[in-house]
Amino acid sequence: MSPTLIVFWGFAGLAIASALFCITRKNPVASALWLVVTLFSLAALFVILDAQFIAVLQVLVYAGAIMVLFLFVIMLLNLGRRGPADLKGPAGLAVGVALGVVLLFQLLAPARAADDPQRQCEALGQAAPLACLGLPDSVLAAMPQDAMARLQEQEGMVGAVARPLFQTYLLPFEITSVLLLAAIVGAVVLAKRKL
Amino acid sequence: MLLGPALAVSAVLFTLGVAGVLLRRNAIVIFMCVELMLNAANLAFVALAQRLGTTAGVEAGVRGQVFVFFVMAVAAAEAAVGLAIILAIYRHRETVDLQNINLLKG
Repeated sequence: MSPTLIVFWGFAGLAIASALFCITRKNPVASALWLVVTLFSLAALFVILDAQFIAVLQVLVYAGAIMVLFLFVIMLLNLGRRGPADLKGPAGLAVGVALGVVLLFQLLAPARAADDPQRQCEALGQAAPLACLGLPDSVLAAMPQDAMARLQEQEGMVGAVARPLFQTYLLPFEITSVLLLAAIVGAVVLAKRKL
Repeated sequence: MLLGPALAVSAVLFTLGVAGVLLRRNAIVIFMCVELMLNAANLAFVALAQRLGTTAGVEAGVRGQVFVFFVMAVAAAEAAVGLAIILAIYRHRETVDLQNINLLKG
């Protein structure tokens, strides 16, 4: 087991365990703080997966700004105490767990097929850009594994992510600003008592 | 070669998010579980982007990360509007327990 894999599974386990705590704690503040742990471990996973800029954004935007917003609303509504019966009853529990297990097996299928090119090609048809994801292990191992890491060394991930963002995806980027403006106006209108 | 494990972790996190939405009653906790699902999707994006960066060139790989950027922007907008809606509901009904918010029930 390579050191990378050990670190990966360490943070993956931390993320899953804290996500489990997040959905089972009765106190909303405890839930929010466990979610922050999940978001931090996901940031670590992003670094391992060669997405350094995204990892920084994850810490700044998600663990920083969005979770502070959540905690602020919990504080504002005075929900910091443990609710009487936050979890649903036995019937709801059974349905939720059953649906969750079915969904998990559905979602795990592509993960199991990820390193099995035969099954993946069957699943995806012959779409050319996607089919290359399922290269056999022998071919994949012969390829240089550190293409993204070398990119990071050469020009840094910020520049590398910024180029497609401001060239290929310029229009979606600009539309995002309209979305954020609409969200700001909507939040103010909804939260204000009287305009 | 972390694509398989990363997709598996992403699947588990997404399922935990769905389970949270189905099992909890507190509107704010449900909202946090939605954020968890968005993050699971982001993890899948980043893992597939790394594999594409190895097999189809770094430009293709970096584009996957651009999509994560967009998902984060949408999540931020969604959090702001959603929490404002929860505030407005609380002001009307003095609760965020979904058990008591059943106007659509006939």
